Amino acid sequence: MLESAITAAATPDALLLARIQFAANITFHILFPTITIALAWVLLFFKLRFNATGDAKWMDAYYFWVKVFALTFALGVVSGITMSFQFGTNWPGFMETVGNIAGPLLAYEVLTAFFLEATFLGIMLFGYQRVGNRMHTVATVLVAFGTSMSAFWILVLNSWMHTPAGFEMIDGKAHATDWLAIVFNPSLPYRLTHMMIASGLTVAFLVAGISAWRLLRGDRTPAVMATLKVGTWLGAILIPLQIVVGDLHGLNTLEHQPAKIAAIEGVWETERGAPLLLFALPNAQTRSNDYALGVPNLASLILTHEWDGELKGLSEFDGMHPPVAPVFWAFRIMVGTGLLMLAVSWFAAWRLRRDGTVPPALARVMVVMTFSGWVATVSGWYVTEIGRQPWLVQGVLSTADAASAVPAAAVGTTLALYLTLYVLLLAAYVGALFHLARKGDRSSAPGTPATGAAVAGGLRA
Amino acid sequence: MPDLSTPAGWLPVVFLALMGISMLAYVVLDGYDLGVGLLLRHACDADKDRMIASIGPFWDANETWLVLGVGLMLTAFPLAHGVVLSALYLPVAAMLIGLTLRGVAFEFRAKADAAHKHRWNLAFFAGSLLATFAQGTMLGWYILGFDPGTGSLLFAMFTGFALCAGYGLLGATWLILKTEGELQVHAVRWARSTLWATAAGVAAISLATPLVSPRIFEKWFSLPNVIGLAPIPLATTALFLVTATFLQRLPAAEDRWCWVPFAATVGVFVLAFLGLAYSLFPYLVVDRITIWQAASAPESLMIILVGAAVVLPTIFGYTVYAYRVFRGKARELTYL
Repeated sequence: MLESAITAAATPDALLLARIQFAANITFHILFPTITIALAWVLLFFKLRFNATGDAKWMDAYYFWVKVFALTFALGVVSGITMSFQFGTNWPGFMETVGNIAGPLLAYEVLTAFFLEATFLGIMLFGYQRVGNRMHTVATVLVAFGTSMSAFWILVLNSWMHTPAGFEMIDGKAHATDWLAIVFNPSLPYRLTHMMIASGLTVAFLVAGISAWRLLRGDRTPAVMATLKVGTWLGAILIPLQIVVGDLHGLNTLEHQPAKIAAIEGVWETERGAPLLLFALPNAQTRSNDYALGVPNLASLILTHEWDGELKGLSEFDGMHPPVAPVFWAFRIMVGTGLLMLAVSWFAAWRLRRDGTVPPALARVMVVMTFSGWVATVSGWYVTEIGRQPWLVQGVLSTADAASAVPAAAVGTTLALYLTLYVLLLAAYVGALFHLARKGDRSSAPGTPATGAAVAGGLRA
Repeated sequence: MPDLSTPAGWLPVVFLALMGISMLAYVVLDGYDLGVGLLLRHACDADKDRMIASIGPFWDANETWLVLGVGLMLTAFPLAHGVVLSALYLPVAAMLIGLTLRGVAFEFRAKADAAHKHRWNLAFFAGSLLATFAQGTMLGWYILGFDPGTGSLLFAMFTGFALCAGYGLLGATWLILKTEGELQVHAVRWARSTLWATAAGVAAISLATPLVSPRIFEKWFSLPNVIGLAPIPLATTALFLVTATFLQRLPAAEDRWCWVPFAATVGVFVLAFLGLAYSLFPYLVVDRITIWQAASAPESLMIILVGAAVVLPTIFGYTVYAYRVFRGKARELTYL
């Protein structure tokens, strides 16, 4: 009786609303960890450069970006708390069916990552004068380590939902048989690497974009020039790596989730020598593509490394395949953004190397690209998560079976509230970032003389 | 009750204890910083900065206890997690919006345009109020076993207000401990005005729980239980009287005894929690779902327990370290 009380089938409306609500929350949430995961390591880099050289510009860079970090971290924490509740409120069937696997993974994330980062964040942000430089560096390392551990555990769980392994089903519930196989499931290495590099790229373009904006406003202080270089070079180095890793990730998906690849490539019927579609309007009614424009044989070549390799079409999956258009388009937005990142970061790196600065037109492009990492990351997540539908756990549990029976009206009302709040907070976040950049190194309020230069002077004295 | 010598018997009990400790840690720790948020509206601008500085290094970690508590319920008792959170869907949503507003206001008030600072202060207060009130209604409704009647709704509203007083008391006594001068004098006054409302809330919850369930009534009022359990209400009353007495005399010369009201208030929360835990055990949803019915598979609980046994003492260690680093009176927060 209890079981039926919470897994009573959700109506189609409530299911769609629950999915939109969860998607809205998780989309909003991922924006902030994507920044903090890599920004923590970039802050450590600034700190270590300062410790090694004593050059005040590194402490100035640290001082500016640690404020961005604190703000971003807070948004990540509060949206993450929302997530931890919505697992239960929106998807009770998820924990009921695979709780024996998902539970320990989530518990390890909280135990090994959340407390570490949250506790040492206090010391990293406000403890400098109390604990001294060395302990402060240690706190920065622990925060960076904590954010990466958190990414590791949640990606273990997410990867397991795509490529479940190391379990058996008893009475409709998953039971763990091999924890190593669960943790290091087939898609984890690719997904984890892909996401960590995505975080690095997001931060690279954020740092470069904000620095370029300060440069355009006439701020040519050493700290701004240094962060412009760090951001640009980080992007220029990571983007080719990301293209290689993304390709490997795609091959892994072809092996384990061929329906997702068929949706990405818009392949309705199994074909040999499939073209790489640059543009098309996938039509779910006719089960074909309208206005298709593609490069012949290229999709087969990329995915099978054979000129006329066979790609399985969507018709082979008995209707258990994802909706095509959103996956198809999200993939093209991700790849397009990636190619743009490649062009901009390499060109900027070349100009920085040659001239020591970037021309105003390029700087403006970099400002436009400030949040390009968000675009690529979110569309990439849409590809992989919508691409798994109609499954919540591939081949084990369907999304519809996991939904709760909370009435559509309750979900709809709270969804409207969350969306309003998120739009306002996102606007406030972007506004605050540019406000901090505008204040630049005049940011020390009266009574807080501690700029990097002052600290550096104090340390040398 | 199943055989406690088997893993399927004792693991759920251990996890109930871990979850209880996490929830108690959350209520006490986030309770004082939510309380400071509630009191913010009554303070002048200069005091607001100092009040927020007193909780700045801690609030992130304080809220993590909520994630751990809910996470343990989710992972150890998935069935109860589904029932409880589905029943509490709307107050949970209100609490989450409150916590979100508050957490971001903390950062934005210091980083956004100074012209907007008062708006973020207001958001900080409103978020604290919404989160606290929602948690109080959740507590009240949970105790009544999610009964849908009007009387239950009124009781839940009452516990909502009572928890505002309770967190206000925790926040005010925390400020007595962490501040000095005029702000400390204000904090003593705030503590006095929230003390008796808190006591009324604790008394109402203590009386309501046995009245809802004959089983709970029996546990408390049968002989010899009533004698053995008497120390709990007696000690709670004593702690309230201690707090009241000290609040009449503080602030004292050389700031002696400034820690007493906070410690006594924490004591009240711990005792109230123990009383509630005794009433409910072994049920997770009053008289409907026991911990054994709701528990995950023993092999999964064992994996978590191994991790928790190693990591929880470490967390305790570095939490103590962080509180030592920021011991003494709150100073202005600076990043360098």
